[in-house]
Amino acid sequence: MSFSWNVSRRRAIGLAGIGVVGAASVGAGVVQAFASETDNSVAFAGEHQAGIVTPAQDRLHFVAFDVITKDRARLISLLKDWTAAAARMTAGRDAGEIGAVNGVPEAPPDDTGEALGLPPANLTITVGFGRTLFRDADGRDRFGIAAQLPPALDELPHFPGDVLDAALSGGDLCVQACADDPQVAVHAIRNLARIGMGVVSVRWSQLGFGRTSSTSKAQATPRNLFGFKDGTANLKLEETGLLKEHLWVQPQDGPAWMTGGAYLVTRKIRMIIETWDRSSLAEQESIVGRHKGTGAPLGHTAEFDEPDPAALPEGSHVRLAHPSLNGGARLLRRGYNFVDGSDGLGRLDAGLFFMAYQRDPRKQFVPIQRNLARHDEMNEYLKAVSLGLFACPPGVSGNGDFWGSALLA
Amino acid sequence: MRTPRLLALAAIGVLGGSLAACGGDDSSSSDSASGGPIVVKASDTACEVAATSANAGTSVFTITNGGNKITEFYVYAAGDRIMGEVENIAPGLSRDLHVELPAGSYETACKPGMIGKGLRAAFTVSGSAAPLTDDAKLADATASYSRYVKSQTEALLPKTEEFVTAVKGGDVEKAKALFPIARTYWERIEPVAEIFGDLDPKIDGREEVTEEGMAFTGFHRLEKDLWAATPDISKDGPIADELLTNVKEIVAKANAEKLSPLQLANGAKGLLDEVATGKITGEEDRYSHTDLWDFNANVEGSKAAIASLRPVLEERDAALVKTLDTEFANVDTTLAKYRDGDGWKLHNQLTQADLKSLSDAINALAEPISKVAAVVSQK
Repeated sequence: MSFSWNVSRRRAIGLAGIGVVGAASVGAGVVQAFASETDNSVAFAGEHQAGIVTPAQDRLHFVAFDVITKDRARLISLLKDWTAAAARMTAGRDAGEIGAVNGVPEAPPDDTGEALGLPPANLTITVGFGRTLFRDADGRDRFGIAAQLPPALDELPHFPGDVLDAALSGGDLCVQACADDPQVAVHAIRNLARIGMGVVSVRWSQLGFGRTSSTSKAQATPRNLFGFKDGTANLKLEETGLLKEHLWVQPQDGPAWMTGGAYLVTRKIRMIIETWDRSSLAEQESIVGRHKGTGAPLGHTAEFDEPDPAALPEGSHVRLAHPSLNGGARLLRRGYNFVDGSDGLGRLDAGLFFMAYQRDPRKQFVPIQRNLARHDEMNEYLKAVSLGLFACPPGVSGNGDFWGSALLA
Repeated sequence: MRTPRLLALAAIGVLGGSLAACGGDDSSSSDSASGGPIVVKASDTACEVAATSANAGTSVFTITNGGNKITEFYVYAAGDRIMGEVENIAPGLSRDLHVELPAGSYETACKPGMIGKGLRAAFTVSGSAAPLTDDAKLADATASYSRYVKSQTEALLPKTEEFVTAVKGGDVEKAKALFPIARTYWERIEPVAEIFGDLDPKIDGREEVTEEGMAFTGFHRLEKDLWAATPDISKDGPIADELLTNVKEIVAKANAEKLSPLQLANGAKGLLDEVATGKITGEEDRYSHTDLWDFNANVEGSKAAIASLRPVLEERDAALVKTLDTEFANVDTTLAKYRDGDGWKLHNQLTQADLKSLSDAINALAEPISKVAAVVSQK
């Protein structure tokens, strides 16, 4: 009996009892052109990586890796393996070619199995490269790509008030897995980490349980843990002109391998929610610059009314982050709420895992964050603990292509 | 220790039969055709082997330790597959090694202080030897691993005796010094010991795994008493006696056990699982913090099991063997950073970054090792 790769996880589990062994085999690093699932799967290949303007899914598992090999060939081989596995998982299939239950009994399965029976859940897997992949702390060219280091991947400056945990910051590679089912997102990261053993080592990781941004006009604006609508003025999928201007790296920006990519800033922001909850509604709204109920700018009645920075409180978040005060800079935010249990003092260890994609952080995130760090009234309730900057290459074109091929091939 | 997962495997696929015992101290074997034993003068800095070649058949080495450190002598085939070894040769002593060597290239090695790769020299054996069939190769693998188990148990027993004597004599410092050394031989062959369900927890059980109605005994109970702020081992005589009794029993059982090639493969992986769950975390030797002795012994035991399977693996999946060689070497290099004299740094002297680098190295090795069982069981 033959086994078709067009069998989804949900159908594969039904067949498992028959002891089917995967017959079709594909070369490592080859993106399979899977027949599209009828239900909720996102296209893997394309001009841009999925998971950036894709309508923000509900759940996140994000991980940053250190590369522990010195061997360029092993790094390339990993990126090929990851690309192939990600293409399969995005389509709702097992991470490996054989699968969670179809192999020989003596071998460990090449998929960990916890996503069996689950739908693709709009899974997207997005990869980025950190500055330290290009040069180590001593400035050495690690993989012969230092000349390809994008100027926009400059080290981020220190922002006043930041007390960052180095162990939770940075990383040579990052992978963002977003899905509408938390187990599907965790499954993706777990399997990629396993494939990477010996080549990469998990540096830090973060789960997000609820999206705090909309990246499409079709989505309602969600709320962050302060209880406010977040991301009303976000860049959106439909705004193609603005995306070209503010999000996607253009040919004239250089280096060439980043054309069609974007830069990702991650910032884990602990919210001191207990003191926030004790502040009055008027104070909360004044700090944010929006009405808590509707999300409308203060003095307005509808969420999408254009705020007038001059009419907002001086230190309000919306005013300080407004493009008019930051040289017109916009971001595509894609953050998630997190609760990492409690902190031992009876307080929730909770906050926002901020993620923002952009064309050039030197002109976008950095000036905006400088402004916020100095003047934002909200800082009293925030504590940034981690910071990361990653260059996310363009999407893969299809068969044979892999993440970072233009950088490393 | 851990739960005896190998128990279920013990019943299946038992190979064996009439495998001639070769190597070890089997004095009934005949000498090599070249005539007379090959003299090995071992010291703390040199290993002078009187011959560099021999004819196929049984070779006899007579090793004299003229140094000040305890030494060992090995004959290795490719990939450090142990063809024969003598452990625990005290200064001033002489021991014989009888080892059957088919034609091929080997290395001899003395290991003064019982550490490191040893002082190596090439050793060539010529003459004819019939090629092995697939089944014979698998049989050879289990025979080779049985020799290893035998050599380890031959050192485990006297070292445990020394440890027990020190405990009973109230010599805390000596007992502390012997604790990680006696355990080395235990940890190298632990997957075999785990086949005998109830003995393993009695010998090596940690305090939290003792079940209701079961006393906390064995190595770790004595460890707890020896490393107490004010050590009092005056009442530990019966526990020490029981440890020795149990070790004697397990040594006898281990040497009588016929292992399957699949057990070797799973044992090689199981030893690395031990490292990943118990040694990296410092849980195994939580009072003495001598976890790196166990760590190294587990890795050596894993390497020995893979070395026994090597001819089969070479034939069926040469790329996997290459990966395993690379990753074993990486583990050794990473671990070597924490050498301290003839021993190892203590677990609580290692930083989180040190432990992470060790964990990364074990993960990198354990993933490919987990594929060995399927290769061995191929029909």
